[in-house]
Amino acid sequence: MRRLLYSFITLFVLATTIFGLVRLTGDPAILLTPEGATELERIQIREDLGLNETLLSQFGRFISEVATLDFGTSFHLGQSVTDVYFDRLPNSILLVTVAMAFALALGIPAGIISAIYNGRWMDFAAKSLALTGMSIPGFVMALTMMFFFSVKFSWLPTFGIGTWKHLVMPGIALGWYFAASTLRLVRSTMLDVLSSDYVKLARLKGVKERRVVMRHAFANVLIPLISLTGVNFVVMINAATIVEVIFVWPGLGSLLLEAVGERDFPLVQGIVVMSGTLIIITNFLIDIVYAWVDPRIRLTR
Amino acid sequence: MARELLKVTDLSTHYAGFGGSRLVKAVDGVSFSLEEGQTIGVVGESGCGKTTLCLSLVRLLAPGAEIVGGSIELGGRDILQLSEKEMVEVRGKEIAMILQDPMTSLNPVINIESQVGEAARRHRGLKGVRLRDRVHDLLESVRIPSPEVRMEEFPHQMSGGMRQRIAGAIALSGTPGIIIADEPTTSLDVTIQAQYLDLLRRLQKETGVGLIFVTHDLGIVAKMCDEVIVMYAGKTVERGDVRGIFSAPNHPYTSALIRSVPKLGSKDPLYRIEGQPPDLSDLPKGCSFASRCPIADEHCVSHEPPLMEIQSGRMAACWKAEENTMPEVAS
Repeated sequence: MRRLLYSFITLFVLATTIFGLVRLTGDPAILLTPEGATELERIQIREDLGLNETLLSQFGRFISEVATLDFGTSFHLGQSVTDVYFDRLPNSILLVTVAMAFALALGIPAGIISAIYNGRWMDFAAKSLALTGMSIPGFVMALTMMFFFSVKFSWLPTFGIGTWKHLVMPGIALGWYFAASTLRLVRSTMLDVLSSDYVKLARLKGVKERRVVMRHAFANVLIPLISLTGVNFVVMINAATIVEVIFVWPGLGSLLLEAVGERDFPLVQGIVVMSGTLIIITNFLIDIVYAWVDPRIRLTR
Repeated sequence: MARELLKVTDLSTHYAGFGGSRLVKAVDGVSFSLEEGQTIGVVGESGCGKTTLCLSLVRLLAPGAEIVGGSIELGGRDILQLSEKEMVEVRGKEIAMILQDPMTSLNPVINIESQVGEAARRHRGLKGVRLRDRVHDLLESVRIPSPEVRMEEFPHQMSGGMRQRIAGAIALSGTPGIIIADEPTTSLDVTIQAQYLDLLRRLQKETGVGLIFVTHDLGIVAKMCDEVIVMYAGKTVERGDVRGIFSAPNHPYTSALIRSVPKLGSKDPLYRIEGQPPDLSDLPKGCSFASRCPIADEHCVSHEPPLMEIQSGRMAACWKAEENTMPEVAS
């Protein structure tokens, strides 16, 4: 219950901040009117958009909008912000899910193998992979992949959305860094856990090595892994903006960039507040999964 | 005479450190045998090779350690010749172990039922209701109150004493013939310690299990063990029945250990053994205890004493053992 209250406070602070920030960017009326428009036309537009009211009353209106989850109409698209948002949301979720699946599917097994073969060539290979993942920025990765897979071999479409092929490069470009961070975490936690007394005891019971690793050890790796994945998920939603722009992926990131460029106050505010809500909901879900995996939390709650 | 469970002959385990440039002889030529229902105590100060000895017996050594010689006969075969695959069938089924710290030896995310039942399921093929019953009985035998509730719970919900009793139940789970207890009471407080030792003794009586009890507490040895092996710098310095060794030790190290047990009501300062044990990678030429020994002479420094039979059933590795010049054990 207290968590719910904190969530509301967080959202309120977020809403206030974004409300202030967008208004620092300048006057949207200038962008919305054609080159040779008169001052009168601009005044007219400001009136239409409600920008001539005092900041306080604009803020009051905005907060009441937030409360009803209706963010008004986008300045430049002329559509309801909520509609536009939910139009783009599935695309973003699809991209982030694919990227996260890629990150986990690569990071977890590689991390485990790296820990088991600690110090040998397999470990070295995994660690090199992690280092490249951490040090090569997503956009470099994206452009490199585009060059090879689209331009040179034309296996994959360069940009856009549609088939699974469109997902491959953005998914990898976005998931790459997270695969590396997952790998590092799994490797180091696994190394710790494998040298613990309870893993020793499992071996002393005559449990087969495979089961020792997968059941006794990995169950303990899951706990920090879930918290990392939760944080990564949130970071990923933000990082997606760059990847979306590069691959012209019609997700929320590219929408947000567009909205900022157009000084489309309602749209920016709507995207930020709703994404914030989404992040809070995600964290909530992560906590639930967490409690399900870690008995210590389950029972002390 | 009781059946012989385990016969260890001349076991040596070395650690190769720094790319093989340093050889640490953690266990060096240790021999003993264990019979059904018997308890052997292994005593010695920290770093004398007790734990390495235990881990050698189940062949679960840390990387870098290697058993370089000797044999471990278990039920007529030398387990040093077994493949790792066969070894997995020995651990938990024929030899089980209780570790030192109950706070870290249970898996925090697996419930008690699966942890206790695992060896029974793995080695005795128990499943479903029969496995559950077995876990229930095991928990009952180690005096866990209301086992049917506790088996659903997790280690963090139990006290240290309870956890160590559960570790006992885990050891018994696969009905092994031998249990190695590596300082099982060191991290328990004194009253719980006494209870735990009583419990182990009772379980031993009921199951006839052979117990190898590693400790540095001579009081526990006196209470628990039939025979004792005193280790110093990886070697056995004295071996024999507990009563004999306590009343008349044949090695100055044993006698020093006995004298350094605090006595209740005594106003005398606590006896301590001066100096440090030798570097296991750079052992002296002669007796490894010579530098700390009150009765050592030049012969001791230059010649290493072998483990010799002093009286029937009493072995000691000391040149002076027969001269009857052991420092007096104050009574």
